[in-house]
Amino acid sequence: MGLENATKLMSYISSSGKEYVCLMQVHCDFNIDELKQIISKFIGIIYQKPPVRSSVKRRTRKKKIYDIEILDTDKRFILLRISSDPGTYMRKLCHDIGVILGCGAHMRELRRIRSGIFTEKNLVTLQEISEALYMWKNCKDESDLRKILLPMEYATCGMPKILIDDNAVDAISYGAMLTAPGIVAYQRFRVKDTVAILTLKGELVAIGEADVDSQKLVDMKKGIVVKPKRVLMPRDIYPRSWKKHG
Amino acid sequence: MEIYDFIYKIDSFCNYSNNWNIIQDSYTNEKYGYFADKRPIEVLIKNSIINADKPPGPTSHEVAYWIKQMFKVSKAGHGGTLEP
Repeated sequence: MGLENATKLMSYISSSGKEYVCLMQVHCDFNIDELKQIISKFIGIIYQKPPVRSSVKRRTRKKKIYDIEILDTDKRFILLRISSDPGTYMRKLCHDIGVILGCGAHMRELRRIRSGIFTEKNLVTLQEISEALYMWKNCKDESDLRKILLPMEYATCGMPKILIDDNAVDAISYGAMLTAPGIVAYQRFRVKDTVAILTLKGELVAIGEADVDSQKLVDMKKGIVVKPKRVLMPRDIYPRSWKKHG
Repeated sequence: MEIYDFIYKIDSFCNYSNNWNIIQDSYTNEKYGYFADKRPIEVLIKNSIINADKPPGPTSHEVAYWIKQMFKVSKAGHGGTLEP
């Protein structure tokens, strides 16, 4: 969940890889080695048509399954751990495994254990959220709330980052491109990469698309480095050091 | 110039490693903004992510709406739905 400003970052989470634990029931007795054989064939690129009851257009889509692991079996029940592209239907995957097996199978239960960089580590329940809010509002104790609220910057884990000078911040919050002079430090990136722009205090200013390879930065005196796509830093927080044209 | 400690923490959150190259010396003025891990709680609320464990039953949209109400924020969004 992203709150207020961080809502803008949720599209980056939803478009990244997923991992599930899924309980599948096979409709007949089967040979485990045969099942393992079939399951291994589903790793890689698969073609999948979304199920009848789905909220997307039902056309066959190409999806990648990164890994399927059999965690446990009990008679006709198989517990699987699957990592895949976003938008892969686990219900359909179970069904298709059943088709190949010959007697059918279906999904009994499903739990997502990873969405992008967010795993079951540091998960919080709605009750914990509500209690932390109570402690803050009624007991003036914000410590529990601070344990629950992750600074939105964590969403940029895995993206190459650029640190910029205080004087370059406000222009970007007004929609300017990031140019070479404002850059203080950077992690290696390639042209077209999604990069995160941060202040020296570690605050997320914007996420954008790199216009050059980072190796060019050493000799770059001017010119566009990143075209911001999402701006997170509100206007007028940092000093305005840019001139209005016209 | 030292890179602020919290910036390293962001990358260790998902075990991402990519070396830093510093190309100019620059120091931040504490008058503007906040160190990202030292925001006042009211500011943190508006710039934060919760890794929430959605119970079975309510939809992602419903939970997003409840959380929005609980925090009294203008917007809250979830990072994708779980469509079985």
